[in-house]
Parts: sequence; structure tokens; C-alpha cells
Amino acid sequence: MTTTEIQFSQEAQQKVQEILNQYPKEKSKSALLPLLHLAQAEFDGWLSVPVMDYVASILKIQPIEVYEVASFYTMFNLQPVGKYLIEVCQTSSCWMCGAEDIVRYLEQKLGVPTGEISADGMFQVKTVECLGSCGTAPMFQIGDQYYENLTFEKIDAILEELKQENKRSRYC
Amino acid sequence: MSKKLLLANDHIPGINTLEVYRQHGGYKALEKALKSMKPDDIVEEVKKSGLRGRGGAGFPTGMKWSFLAKPEGVPRYLVCNADESEPGTFKDRYLMERIPHLLIEGMIVSSYALGANTSYIYVRGEYFYIIKILQKAIKEAYAAGLLGKNILGSGYDLDLYVQPGGGAYICGEETALLESLEGKRGNPRIKPPFPAVAGLWGCPTVVNNVETIAAVVPIVNISGDEYAKIGIGKSTGTKLISASGHINKPGVYEIELGVPVEEFIYSDEYCGGIRNGKKLKAVVAGGSSVPILPTELILKTAKGEPRLMSYESLGDGGFATGTMLGSGGFIVMDEDTSVVKNLFTFARFYHHESCGQCSPCREGTGWMEKILQKFIDGKATMSDIDLLWDVQSKIEGKTICPLGEAAAWPVAAAIRHFRHEFEEYVNRPESIHDVKHYFRLNNIEEA
Repeated sequence: MTTTEIQFSQEAQQKVQEILNQYPKEKSKSALLPLLHLAQAEFDGWLSVPVMDYVASILKIQPIEVYEVASFYTMFNLQPVGKYLIEVCQTSSCWMCGAEDIVRYLEQKLGVPTGEISADGMFQVKTVECLGSCGTAPMFQIGDQYYENLTFEKIDAILEELKQENKRSRYC
Repeated sequence: MSKKLLLANDHIPGINTLEVYRQHGGYKALEKALKSMKPDDIVEEVKKSGLRGRGGAGFPTGMKWSFLAKPEGVPRYLVCNADESEPGTFKDRYLMERIPHLLIEGMIVSSYALGANTSYIYVRGEYFYIIKILQKAIKEAYAAGLLGKNILGSGYDLDLYVQPGGGAYICGEETALLESLEGKRGNPRIKPPFPAVAGLWGCPTVVNNVETIAAVVPIVNISGDEYAKIGIGKSTGTKLISASGHINKPGVYEIELGVPVEEFIYSDEYCGGIRNGKKLKAVVAGGSSVPILPTELILKTAKGEPRLMSYESLGDGGFATGTMLGSGGFIVMDEDTSVVKNLFTFARFYHHESCGQCSPCREGTGWMEKILQKFIDGKATMSDIDLLWDVQSKIEGKTICPLGEAAAWPVAAAIRHFRHEFEEYVNRPESIHDVKHYFRLNNIEEA
């Protein structure tokens, strides 16, 4: 896809306007992070170069201004991701309460190592740093949802439900 | 029961809605502020209250507010720091999820006090469901005339917006947060100028933590003097503590500052003691950045006095024998926990989160992670302990922002208090086993 073929849906375009209204007129670059979240949700959960160029064109800024920001923040994926990106917290309290076992269990269950997308394109496990869920450890996040106080049984049920649902997880 | 000012009503069903929040005294502080107080009166009350920044640094809020420059014709901004990312800390998330209107009321009152007509709440991107909760609550507030033009007929206007972050710990540093809010990489700025003079888009700006802004509501309600009577010494008021790790009752607790640490860990009102009848080994009392303390030093000061949950008591003894209240991220470790491995998770965290601007931090955090990895792999030598000490000592004070210190302090404290454990990793690598906590906690036979 080239930039000219990329366009937000009607709903997303409306959201872009709402977001732009949050800042003084000449400060529209402030909309960059919200717009990247929106773009990621619209275009398969990751930001390709043409998608980033599209965002640059909306904000009338140079593409490099988008690339340097997208590559700085952990939440922006610059490579394709699984339909469900399972982000397992591995810091301190989560580690203490078994995060490594959660990762191992997911790897076994899905049959792919951390970082890789499962053969059916459905799942991808990623380890991440503290998600602010230390009191409900161990946990992972899928899209905008937190799954907390995890046990192997709970994970089985969550994966089953997601397979049934078969929708892309999204933050926006 | 401890005095509660922020979470007194957190258990009430529907308290997240405007209607129920108002039924329980919500927006009384706003009415009082707009109808009977001048902006400077509020600043004065906050000064009298002794409130200190609840994000971690503990700087007096009233003083921070009084630094705000007020040049004619230049807009001022209030930005709420809801980028809660310090490992062990989840109190702001709890507050925003349960009682979003408390933060919104605090934002309106504080914006009025500072003369801001546009304010932002910068929320870490991963808290997306919280962003939705806040947006819904803000919509309710607009509909009820609590936001927008001429609030409650006072002539005061305020627009309040929520801004998502992108997943970067560094954006909890206030100037990095402002950079991010301007649509840039989260690189901290060189200070001065401070945000009070040149902040968001170069305009005078105050950045305050969620809990700090929420605390302005009870301060206006009961007066700064009354607030100052709560707590102990210069640690006035209440503090939200995020308790996690090997305890029976992890969660967010509002404590009156001055509660003994021992009571906080063992009382059923709070953590409820150590899980599975284990013994306490160590505590990281104020989020990942503060020095870890072993049992004997967290329960009592070096002088043998009971250690209290306050800025002064936790700091007693300096870094030699004390720690910091920090963000109130209270991580408890039982006797089976590897301090070295926990430190490794911190080092990996800081390496991942360093913005890369300053060499000592960018390179140093990577070195510390790599050296600690050697310990975990059983490949470290005795000189690696000294190397680790040397690297951490070359970061502190040599960076633009405090992420450098935040990464170095936990390393220094772990070596200071648990050197024997590092030596054990070197002397008996065969004894290293990565405790499978999950199996142990759930009484599952290991495969």
C-alpha cells in the first residue's frame, strides 16, 4: 500500500477532528501520539512507513518527525503483530509472583517462542516492563484489557475465549 | 482505622458516576473555591497544608505553585502527571478507576488556583481503559456545567483534556512529559528554565501527580491547617500506598502518614503479613528507584527506633541505612526471594526505559543489566561485584534527569545490604535455582 491509498475510516476521521480540537491551532503536532494510537488501531495493529507518512500528511509535519516518535515509544509496533498481542509484565512484583512461568506456559501452549507470531496469525507473546498491575500479579495485557491474578487455568479460558471471538485486539 | 481523605468512599457502588460522587459530597470543594475563595487563597491553603508531591519527589506543592510565572497575556497550563510507571506503583490507576471525579474536581480547583483555562491529564498509554473512564467522567462534568464556560456561574472557564502516552517510563519526568505532550520523543529538557517559567509550548506550566491534585480537594474542604494536623511532622496528610509482592493482601491502601512499617506489613487492616507463613526478607518501600532495605532496617532505624511510613522516618539514616517514601510503591519480598534476580528485573527495566540522551545512563544501564545477567547465568566473578558498584557510581549526578539516579540507587543498595548474596552467586553457581514462585504459591508439583 502506498500513502495515497491509505485513509482513515469515517469514524476515525471524526476522531481526528476531536483530537485536533484539544490543542491550540498552531500546536497540532501535539496530536501525534493520539493519532498514532488511532492509526495502529485502524491498520492491523502496527505502523507501516506509508501509514506513518499518512499521519505526517494529516499533521502537516515531516515524515521523520513521525518516525522518530513512533520508534521511541514502546507501544508503537513497527512490524506486523499477531491478531492478539499478549504483553506479559516481567518486572519485579510480576516476576516474584511467577511471570516467567506465565511466559513459559504461553510458549508451550501456543507452540511459538516469545516474539514470534503463531502459525495461524492469531497470537504473539511479548514480554514488557511494569504495567502498573503489581498488586494483581502476575498479569498480561491484550489490547486495552488487563488480565490479572493469572493462573494457568485462567489463561486456558482466556485463550479459548479469544479464539472464539477472533477480533483484532486494539488500544483505541 | 486510619484517617481517609481520598478513598473514604471508594467502596460505594456507582461512586465513579457524577451523581453518586455528588451525593457523597463531591464537587463541594469546587463550589467553595469558586464561590468564596480567590485563586491565591487556594494556593495559600495548599501551602499551609504542607502537601508534598505524591509522585515520588515529595517537593512541597504550594511552593511549586508559587513559582508559576504570570506574565500578562500568556496562557498558563496545569498538566496532571498520570504516567504512573514506577515499578511497584499502581495507586493512581486505582484512584482514577474508582473515583475519576475526585481527580477531575482537583483539576478544576487547582486550575482555578493557578489561573489556567486549559488543562491536560497525561495518562500512560497502557492505561487505555482508564482513559475511557476519565473521558466519560469529563463528559459528565461538562454536561453538568462543571467544565467549559462560566463554571457554576463564576465566570471562570476551563477545558480539560486527556492525553495518552506511548509507553515510556521517562515521560513521568515532568519535562519529558511536556515534550511528549507536544508530540515529540520523551527526552527530558535541561533545566532551568523550569516548567513554571517555560513549560508546555513554552508557557508557564505546573505538572502535578494524580494523587497530589486529588489531595487539593480535601485541603479546600477542611482547610490547609486541618490537613496539616493529619500525619506526622513534615509528612502531613495521607498517602496512597501500593502494596505488592509476597503479602497476603496486596492492594492500594490510604494511610495516615506515620503508621509504623511493621503495622503496615503485618496488620490485617493493610498487607496482612507475609504469604504462606514465610518470613520477611526485604522491602523496596517507595517504588523501584528507592534503596532496598533488609528486614532489620525496614522495621527499625539504625538507632533502633520503629521505622514509620513517613518521608522523614523512611529517610532516616540516609542511604547508608535508610531509604525513601518515594511514590509509595511498597514491594515486599519473602525469605525465598533472590535479591539479585529482583535487581536484575529492575536493571533490565531501566535499560529499556533510558531515553538514551545522556551517555552515563544510556551506557550505564546497559552495563548493569549485562553484569547482572552474568550473575543470573552463574558466570560472574568476584570482581564483577566491584565492577557493578563502579558502574552505578558513575551514573549518579551525571545526567540531565533523575532516571540515572533511579537506575543506580537500587544497584548500590542491593550491594550495600546483600553483598553476601552476590558472593553466593559467584561461589556456588550450582546452587542457583530460579525459584518457581508460581508453582510454590499454587502448590503445584513441578513438571
